[in-house]
Formats: sequence, C-alpha cells, structure tokens
Amino acid sequence: MTTDISDRKKATAPASVRPEGTRIVRAGFIPLVDASVLIAAGEFGFARREGITLDLAKDTSWANVRDRLAFRMFDVAHMLSPMPVASMLGLGSNPSPTIAPFALNRGGNAITVSTRLYQRMQETGGLSGDDSALANAHALAGVIAEMKARGEPLPRFGVTYPFSSHNYEFRYWLAAGGIDPDADTRLVVVPPPMTSDALAAGAIDGFCVGAPWNMVASERGVGRIVAAKQDLWPSAPEKVVGMRPNWAESNPETVSRLIVALDAAASWCDRPENRDALSEVLADQRYVGAPVDIIRRVLTGEFTIDPQGHRRVIDDYFVFHAKHANYPKPSQALWIYSQMVRWGQIAPSKAAEKAAASAYRPDLYRTALGFKDAVDDFGTEGVAENDRFIDGFTFDPAEIETYVERFPVRSHAGRSTSDDI
Amino acid sequence: MLRDTLTVLVIDENRIRASIIEAGLREAGHDRVILVHDVNGIARKIEDLQPDVIVIDLENPNRDMLEHLFQLTRTLGRPIAMFVDRADASSIQSAIEAGVSAYIVDGLKKERVKHILDVAVSRFNAFSKLQRELADAKSALEERKVIERAKGILMKMRNIPEEEAFALLRQTAMNEKKKLADIAQSIVTAANLLM
Repeated sequence: MTTDISDRKKATAPASVRPEGTRIVRAGFIPLVDASVLIAAGEFGFARREGITLDLAKDTSWANVRDRLAFRMFDVAHMLSPMPVASMLGLGSNPSPTIAPFALNRGGNAITVSTRLYQRMQETGGLSGDDSALANAHALAGVIAEMKARGEPLPRFGVTYPFSSHNYEFRYWLAAGGIDPDADTRLVVVPPPMTSDALAAGAIDGFCVGAPWNMVASERGVGRIVAAKQDLWPSAPEKVVGMRPNWAESNPETVSRLIVALDAAASWCDRPENRDALSEVLADQRYVGAPVDIIRRVLTGEFTIDPQGHRRVIDDYFVFHAKHANYPKPSQALWIYSQMVRWGQIAPSKAAEKAAASAYRPDLYRTALGFKDAVDDFGTEGVAENDRFIDGFTFDPAEIETYVERFPVRSHAGRSTSDDI
Repeated sequence: MLRDTLTVLVIDENRIRASIIEAGLREAGHDRVILVHDVNGIARKIEDLQPDVIVIDLENPNRDMLEHLFQLTRTLGRPIAMFVDRADASSIQSAIEAGVSAYIVDGLKKERVKHILDVAVSRFNAFSKLQRELADAKSALEERKVIERAKGILMKMRNIPEEEAFALLRQTAMNEKKKLADIAQSIVTAANLLM
C-alpha cells in the first residue's frame, strides 16, 4: 500500500493504534534500492502477518523525511544512518529526537571519478586498472600534488547531504590517500540524480552517492568507480529505520511487531531466489521507478566499472540481513560521531558521546526478536579479518578523542585561511 | 527603513508559482524578493544576496543540497528550517500541507519571519487551487467534446435529431447509474472499433 505525498493532504490525524486489530504505521521513504526491506515488508505480507498496515509514502528529500517525522506526519522513516545521530546531537536545520531500533542494510554506495581524472590517475600513479581503493586514493593524491605544483584548479567533488554516510565515506577515502577534503579539493553540492550529467559536463570531477548513480555514470562512459563502501569499512550501516522516541514509548507493541516484520522481510530480501521478485516491485513507479534490469544488477553488485567494459562483482554489495546487518550497534553510532568530530561538525564532549550512542537502540531490537546473541555494543571496530577499515585503523569507542587525533588528515579548529582557495 | 527590509530568496522551479509568491510578498510590503528557478550556481547567488529568509517548495529535491550548502558556506550563518514556532502546531501543519519550507538565516525576529511564511503558505494554496480549477475546467471541456461526438454518432447511426440523441444518452446514463460522459466515451470507443 502506498500513497503519494500529494494525495495525503488529509492523512494528518495520528494513526489510530488500538490494542487489537490492525495498526497503521505511516512510513516515509526515499526512492532508493536500500528502502528494499521497508517496501518488501509492505508488499510481500510481512507487515500484515504482524497485524500492521504499512502505509508507505514516497518523499523527495532527506530534509523532508526528517521534518515530516519530527512533525508526526510519519511514524517511522527510511533514514541515512547518521541522521538519528545528528538529530540526537542537535545538528542540522531541524533537529528533533530520533532513534533507530533497526538497521536496513549495509553497502550500496560507491565513489566515482570522471574518466578524464582517472586517466590522469593512471598516468601519474601507474594504476593497472584492477587496483585497490587505497591505491586509487594514493594515485589521486599524486594528481592533486601535481595540480598544485602547476597551479591548476583543484578537482571538484559532488556531495549531497551533510549528515550522510556518503559524506563521511568520501572524506574517509580521500584522507586515507593523504588528501585533505577541505583544503585539497573543492566540495560542491550536487543532487544525486544530476551527478552523472555534472560529471559528463565537467562541472564536477567525482562524487560519492548510493545506487544506482555510480552504475549510471560508468555505463554512460563518463565515470570510473574507484571505491565501494565495502572497501572503506564493510560493516558500516547504510540506512536505518528512524522513529521519535516518544512514539516508540507510547507504542511498544507496534514497535516490536514492526521489528519482527522488518526482520522477516530483510531475511527474505537477502535470499538470491527472491531478488527477481524484489527487483520487479522496486522498479514500479510507486517505489524506485528505475529499469528492472539495472535494479537487478545493482542488487547483485555486478558493475561495469569503466567504458571499456571492465567488470567487477562486488560481493555482498547489498546486505539486508546476514551478519547481524540489522542490529543497531551503538559503537557504529559512535563511529559516525567520531567522523563528525573529525570534520569539525561538532566539538567533542562526553555528553555528546552519550547522546550519539543513544541514537541506536539495540534494546528495542533484542526485546522484539528475543535476540540473545552476544554482541559487544561498545567493542572495538575494524578488528576482524574481513572487517578492516581501508587505512588499517581500529576504532575503540572508549577512546574517541585519541582516535580522532590519530588521523593525520582532519579538520583543525582555527585553521581557516587555507579554506578559501 | 531600508535596513529593516528583509531579503527573501524564493527557490521554485515552477515559474508561475514563484511569481504568485513574489506578488504576494510585495503586496505585503516585502520589496526585496528574489526568484530563482534554476539551482545551478545557487551557492554563489546565496553568497552574493545574503538572504534573510529562503523559501523553497517541499517537493524540491534540492532541499538536501541546500542543507549541505549551509554546512559548507562560511559567510552564511547556519540557517534553521522554518516551522517558525515549534509549539505552533497548526502553522507547521498548514505549511507542510501547503508544501512550503523556509530557512531562516540567523538572528531574526520570529514574528517577522512568520509573516513571510504565512504569505508564502497562502500563495502556495492559492496556486494549488488555481491548478485544480484549471484541471477541472480542462476535464469539463474534454467531457463536453466526448458528449458532442457521441451525440453525432447516435444521430448518424440511428438517424435521429440532436435532442433525441441527447435524451437517449441521458436516459442510458440514468439507467446504468453512470456519468453521462462515461456513457458517451463508451459509445465513442465502440464506434471507433466498429467503424
């Protein structure tokens, strides 16, 4: 069941939640492949089985989703993983308390540079074409050093939303190669659907966005994918389900049932035999509204990475359920907070740390699912063999300030003149 | 006096709606209203104009872009999303329903901004009403055309005068509890298939 925003003018009264019978949960989403679990829960009967009618409403911007959730037009919403953290920290244009009791997926993002810039990276950095994301970042650093030496304009990169995984991932990748995003590049704001046009026109030299925009740029022959989200930190959460803490408190039964429904939907989305059915539904205009074959390939992570047709299959490009992907781990909220500190979005403090960690609510997840597995909520991240950060750092949530200070590239308070280049 | 005038930047890809908002704001005494239809180069414009209030429609996907811009721009304060007084639920409601969002740039008196927002909301609603009326008028015209064609077909096939053809249409619509235009449409469709 879905309603367009424009048709929802009347749907302003709070959802009537009765102790028995059907509960209506109004869920806002942005038309992206990573809204799969929410959409599948509504379309394939997982919500109904829990006595929930999921009223899915398509929206156009993260700012809208945030505002409509804050002003009670939505009960829950598809959100970028840093959004509840930013809300709890009072950052952004309209912060209002938001919690995430369920993560929707891992993966899905990638970084793309223009074919022109990539050629130069190959020439300067001696890239073979099958290089690691880190080697690509180092090659870019070499090109930027050359540009500076010759007095050429610095490369311009497109960014979209300030409190997005894309923002932190892009910065993390650049910095891992020794590039200072604020001083060595020009960051410009470009809406995701315009990224490939902007790249083709030479208005930007690269970007970091979610699916399917990286694939669109590489298929058009205007861009080259140089890093995937998995290359930066495999277990980073991408999207989450956000809700108002007071709504969760007044509707504990609905929250539990919703989590059960989402868990079943997520597990269904992960199974390869269901990907065709999922792609068909996502392709519909009511949801993502993109060609079904692109969605199918995006889901399986089959990339054409350059115009020459080099292919790369990124394993687990989308993970909806496996590896505890849905568990809202406070250490991950704290990692996001550490990046906010690193890039000067917030000054570090113990109070801020506490607020950031409180955005992710494993207690609600555990209660709903009777989940008993031992998970260290505040354990060190990036330790496991298959879960390394691109730069080899490990993140100990107990030592955030030391962690941030260890980064050679970070925002320095008081350094302002170098930004005006 | 001039120092007190607020600069209002209206970002709307819909030129007609933008003009309607502009007219409304000017009527209400706000002379410094700038319209922007294309977000290309918006960063430079915002830096040059230093607006006090930015009005943007909620359906505009570029809202996210603006929010990031606010983070990157150093000359601008950190604007906050409108919804003026958070306690004022009805004004928030009416703004969202009308589809308006606004950003307030630093240290302004709420009351003065609320007035701007109120004007924007009422103009947005006026525009929607206009659009609805236009759509209604269009479909009424279409219906009349179909009915005329159906009447012509009946007259020709049954060899009856116009009045009788119309009466037959109306009687059939009543018998089948359908709209006159629907009956007319099925006659036209059937005729297209048969002739």
